[in-house]
Amino acid sequence: MSRREEVQRQGLKGPSPEERRRPIGRRNSQGIRIDPAVAAEPEPRRTTISAYVKNEPGVLAGVSGLFHRRQFNIESLTVGPTQNEGYSRITLVVEEPDPGIDQIKKQLNKLVPVVHVRELDSDPVACELVILKIDGDEPDKVQAITEMYDGRTLDAGPETITVQITGTEGKIDDAIDAYEQFNIREIARTGQAALARGAEETARVDEKHT
Amino acid sequence: MSGEQTQASSETDIETETAPREVETGADAVVRSLENAGVEHVFGVQGGAIMPVYDALYHSEIRHVTMAHEQGAAHAADAYGIVSGDPGVCMATSGPGATNLVTGIADANMDSDPVVALTGQVPTEFVGNDAFQETDTIGVTGPVTKANVFADDSDTVGTDVGTAFALADRGRQGPTLVDLPKDVTNGDTETTPGVPELPDTYDPPETADAEAVSAAAEELVRADRPAILAGGGVIKAEASEALRSFAKEHEIPVITTMPGTGAFPEDHELSLEIAGMHGTGYANMAITVTDCLLAVGTRFDDRLTGGVETFAPDAQIIHVDIDPAEISKNIEADHPLVGDAKAVLGQLADAMPGSPSTDAWLKQCETWKEEYPMEYAAPEDEPVKPQYLVERFDEATDDDTIVTTGVGQHQMWAWQYWTWKVPRTWVTSHGLGAMGYGLPSAIGAKFAAPERDVVCFDGDGSFLMTCQGLSVAVRENLDITVVVLNNDAIGMVRQWQDAFFGERHMASEYPWVPEFDTLAEAFGARGFRIDTYDEVDEVIEEAMGYDGPSVVDAHIDPDENVYPMVPSGGDNGLFALTEGQL
Ligand SMILES: Cc1ncc(C[n+]2csc(CCOP(=O)(O)OP(=O)(O)O)c2C)c(N)n1
Repeated sequence: MSRREEVQRQGLKGPSPEERRRPIGRRNSQGIRIDPAVAAEPEPRRTTISAYVKNEPGVLAGVSGLFHRRQFNIESLTVGPTQNEGYSRITLVVEEPDPGIDQIKKQLNKLVPVVHVRELDSDPVACELVILKIDGDEPDKVQAITEMYDGRTLDAGPETITVQITGTEGKIDDAIDAYEQFNIREIARTGQAALARGAEETARVDEKHT
Repeated sequence: MSGEQTQASSETDIETETAPREVETGADAVVRSLENAGVEHVFGVQGGAIMPVYDALYHSEIRHVTMAHEQGAAHAADAYGIVSGDPGVCMATSGPGATNLVTGIADANMDSDPVVALTGQVPTEFVGNDAFQETDTIGVTGPVTKANVFADDSDTVGTDVGTAFALADRGRQGPTLVDLPKDVTNGDTETTPGVPELPDTYDPPETADAEAVSAAAEELVRADRPAILAGGGVIKAEASEALRSFAKEHEIPVITTMPGTGAFPEDHELSLEIAGMHGTGYANMAITVTDCLLAVGTRFDDRLTGGVETFAPDAQIIHVDIDPAEISKNIEADHPLVGDAKAVLGQLADAMPGSPSTDAWLKQCETWKEEYPMEYAAPEDEPVKPQYLVERFDEATDDDTIVTTGVGQHQMWAWQYWTWKVPRTWVTSHGLGAMGYGLPSAIGAKFAAPERDVVCFDGDGSFLMTCQGLSVAVRENLDITVVVLNNDAIGMVRQWQDAFFGERHMASEYPWVPEFDTLAEAFGARGFRIDTYDEVDEVIEEAMGYDGPSVVDAHIDPDENVYPMVPSGGDNGLFALTEGQL
């Protein structure tokens, strides 16, 4: 049935916006219902996500593209082979509010070569490595700091000393601070690799993926 | 490269040339995989790197439709997928062929339409050398495909295509792409691919968690102002019947999203039609004050929600979706039900401990329908209103008529003023909003449903983007009707300029549009023109009656704008009925 009216009028008929029934509640920018008087926007939190993936060409590009595309905040990403041929583990350190962390896990899971994704608890077994190249003028002092952080000297010459430190992100940050008193010429950091603590499995996968 | 057709040109040729063949090359395996998947049509354009696959198609029963532009091939495949439910297939050469497909692939990705794209690629040994017509198609299409794969072996390329087909079809549908280097398709193989199979890392959910379903059912029964929001996933999952009976059984009003349009009949009293930016006043009122929203197969797109802060802010959200990543992506779900829409609606129906009491609420919805009618002013002595044309075409055609559109005001009028009753009849570019979608999608739709009428409402701007497709419609003698709602402008842009840019009509007026009826005739189609109300019915009859492609150049009131309107990021409940309310 035609809704044509042979009249002159601008737009459509009906009560204007001010006259309409209004809702009581509100959502925040994440689409979560809130008490408008109390709630604030959710705070970001830092966490480690581990993905067990099939080694297919493009899987890493897929993961990094995803983070860029969806504006997920990524602190570090590491990837390497596992004990199972054809499978790799990707470890991601991310900083997002909870809805974002949830999305990261789900979006990673959608990538076809991704077999398993999980967030590791607050205390995973985690480690990263840093290599620092430092001015060689004060080798003894550099050596003292290296020992303090259980590090190793990889290369020492008249001009530069190159050391390696491994450990948690916090320990590495501290070590870098300590070396700051010398002139740090270059730093290379790997990002964090992590596994679940104790006997717990990092990735629960069935046999076809081992 | 010459653009010659691969189709054998006469019946006798076909009989002598298409004896079933053994798989001898990678290209044979590609085609065999398509045959195994039940593919009947492929839309594409020839070119150097894809030639081996075309050569293999020469020996197949699969019908290849040569398109005028690869964008059209992708849109045609997309519409074929929407109408048939099975993946549509498009094909192009490397480089420009592949990049021309991208708009159509991106469109399918936004709308979760099942599409398989096959692209030629330079021979493997040249990849990475910036060879002639080399593009990193995998890199370019990664962000806009559900999955894509570079075929690297003649022995496995057939399986690659089968996997791509299964992935496009199963779970949340979407476009997939296989990049086919010429040496791989030309290479020898004795491996005959089997039927399409999903990779072992992909396992779409079926039913939702039973406890979550019970909790959701109880929530729904408790509600005072429940509403159902039917998204495109309802149609994709063939869940329209289940949704209809659920809504009727429990007397819950139904709103559809743009892709969900057709899931519920708009002439039913429970229908509030469509919500969002250009939704009806009554749907936007209901969705704003509902206290429990059962949202099925929707991704809560911003054109639907407006600002999320004011979207259904009093509602408990029950969200049914096959893609867990859609749960709480834009709108937090109080009751996430992950699974196939049809299966979960079945679970929910079984779990309902009763029905909500909706008498007062339904009465309220009825009142809103009376308060916010979609009646439009259309005096006899003014140029024809587009809404009227949409309504008259609707009345003149069957309920299962397929409607496609370009993007802009005409698309919104088609959506608002057609009375949708049947799933898979509304074929448009929802999420990507790609002008130029209309004609190629009408072509794809017609191949998918040759016995049904296909009407394309197009804008003058949108039609100009892909009108070369008329050559295809004429060659294939497709009985489709394009109605150009011609306002001498890219009207939707001009509407926004009127509202938000001080009426400065920068690059939005088209005083140079061709005469589309004459243009149609030049292509060999029939052309018609409408300027006044008394020409409308006669032209509709003639155009619809013509057994072949026709174009109606309908000169509409250039000053008409689309209402209701919720400005981008605005509050659905404050929809504007006139420009002054924006
Ligand atoms: C490919 C593409 N380019 C640009 C736009 C931006 N855009 C949206 S609507 C519109 C106007 C469309 O004009 P027309 O097809 O004549 O339809 P009308 O709005 O006049 O009905 C434009 C330019 C788009 N959606 N798609």
